[in-house]
Amino acid sequence: MRKLLFQSFFQGPLTEPAPTLDQTAVEELAAALQRAARRRLGRSLSIREIDAGSCNGCELEIHALSNAYYDVERFGIRFVASPRHADVLMVTGPVTKNMRDALERTYHATPDPKWVVALGDCARDGGCFAGSYAVVGGVSQVVPVDLHIPGCPPPPLAILQGLLALLDRTAKNGASTVRESH
Amino acid sequence: MPSLIDLMLEGRKVQQHSPWPRVVVDTSVWSFAASELAQGRWSLLGLWGEPSTVHMAIMDGDSAEIAVISLDCPDRAYPSVGKHHPPALRLERTVNDLFGLAAQGLPDSRPWLDHNCWGVRFPLGDRIDAPTEAAPYRFLAAEGDGLHQIAVGPVHAGIIEPGHFRFTASGETVVRLEQRLGYTHKGIEGLMRGAGVERAAQLAGRISGDSTVAYCYAFSKAVEAALQLAVPERAVWLRALLAELERLANHLGDIGAICNDASFGLMQAHCNVLREDVLRAANAAFGHRLMRDVIVPGGLGRDLDENGRAAIRTALDKVRARFPALVELYDNTASLQDRTVGTGIVTAALARQYAVGGYVGRASGRAFDARRSPGYPPYDDLRFEVPVLDEGDVNARIWIRIREVEQSLSLANQILDRLPGGPLLVPVASAAGPREGMALIEGFRGDIMVWLRLDSGRIDRCHLRDPSWFQWPLLEAAIEDNIVADFPLCNKSFNCSYSGQDL
Repeated sequence: MRKLLFQSFFQGPLTEPAPTLDQTAVEELAAALQRAARRRLGRSLSIREIDAGSCNGCELEIHALSNAYYDVERFGIRFVASPRHADVLMVTGPVTKNMRDALERTYHATPDPKWVVALGDCARDGGCFAGSYAVVGGVSQVVPVDLHIPGCPPPPLAILQGLLALLDRTAKNGASTVRESH
Repeated sequence: MPSLIDLMLEGRKVQQHSPWPRVVVDTSVWSFAASELAQGRWSLLGLWGEPSTVHMAIMDGDSAEIAVISLDCPDRAYPSVGKHHPPALRLERTVNDLFGLAAQGLPDSRPWLDHNCWGVRFPLGDRIDAPTEAAPYRFLAAEGDGLHQIAVGPVHAGIIEPGHFRFTASGETVVRLEQRLGYTHKGIEGLMRGAGVERAAQLAGRISGDSTVAYCYAFSKAVEAALQLAVPERAVWLRALLAELERLANHLGDIGAICNDASFGLMQAHCNVLREDVLRAANAAFGHRLMRDVIVPGGLGRDLDENGRAAIRTALDKVRARFPALVELYDNTASLQDRTVGTGIVTAALARQYAVGGYVGRASGRAFDARRSPGYPPYDDLRFEVPVLDEGDVNARIWIRIREVEQSLSLANQILDRLPGGPLLVPVASAAGPREGMALIEGFRGDIMVWLRLDSGRIDRCHLRDPSWFQWPLLEAAIEDNIVADFPLCNKSFNCSYSGQDL
């Protein structure tokens, strides 16, 4: 293990330019995201992920956000284990009828102010599963959605861009989505 | 001892079913097959319904012969297989939920996928309105002094799919785990009914996102079997390349994630870098990180160019260079081994009984790999080993994955070295009359079975059986007598698909 750790120490960070990615875009995104996140939420944005019926493709790409290339935690964005700790609910999948209740309950368990990000094509309107006897449809049919990130699944960079858009919007509008308080 | 062939002679053979035979049998042959399964002479590959028929796919373990037997159920009932052979239990509960066909004598008649949220019962059979007030789901009892229950899910703490786990524990020790699944049931088989082949292929690729290649592969092969379509050589080889890249990416992710569940994050950090390299190469080569919708009935929707080839080579070289140090890290970290060795054991007897596929089976002495037997091209023309271990613990499931990473690296390189040229796609013409096809494909998780009937270019019925159907029940067995804190570790070492089994 020591050898591996030493190697890692000397080889430098892995967030080197990747051959297929525009590195400037990543850098710009990183800087902008950090500014917006800090303005609105100090140094942290806590996300609770909810699979409301996805095929698990979106989950794979959300996981990828935490690898060394994207390292989402450097922006203060964290995935948390409980909705009680969350600022953002990130919901994937067409909402299945069997998951509707659990999604609603998770939403209500999340303290205000909160935002909902619907992730993936299915989360918009049920995608290719729309019309099934077992599917409600998009996330917005069950809980209010602040942002939709398209893709099947959206690649990690698109998810990062989406979170940036969300942070920009909430920063401009103030607490735009305090829905439970009135 | 009768062979499957003898059984076939007992029934009425269905025309236009390939590549394996299907026969319509009577209840005595059906029951006989159930008892052969229970005796362990045959393995259950799948059990599924139609509005008034049940089908069962069986494999003879010794000869690797495969056959489907079908039983008409005019009275909406059939003799239960699960009564004699527990691996059929959840499948029969599902047939009842979806079609309203009752397995007579089934010891567990609770619904499985139907949570009474759909508004209808028997959505794929003769629909009736759902009851307004359904009785609450009764979990199996566990009685004793000082036992307590822990209810987990459907929303879990990590970034994972939804399902409910009901633990009964005595102090730290798990006495019983009962799973309740079905939360991600999307009614995919219902959506496929009447769909065109293209639309159905799109749905097949979205049954379990981590196995999107394997599902498109299996679905396409079943369509091609039904239509007796020969796929161009280049597509045959590229399909295997896609499948090996998918296996590689998933195994790398799993090895890291299992170690992370033993609080050894270093391993995950390194494995996920390699996984990302593979996904980026896949994106460069095939235009999608998970390689979704690349395999289509008739061949391949997208060719591999020189740049893509180079990107894959680079990624493979990198994994080959860096992976051995990670294997050594795993092997030499005592605190990690302390968590994985001897944890969550699946016995060889259970693995055999459930005919469990993938790393779960191969870590418990079951050597089955669909690429080898029944086998399909181009694997019959490639050199690879099927690693098998007997220990059946978390450690063994990690080692199977490690060895399979090495095999997939070799396979992908062999394919790139020998990739034939030529066309990629043949048109899928619609044939008149019903035609049935079937396929068994080795995904990263295990064998995926697809059975379908086409009628004039449309899907009349398509059933897709995820390997997880036979793995989930063994997780319940594996966790028994382990401590609650080891459940995430055991669960990740199985990495069953929720969406694949909920469908």
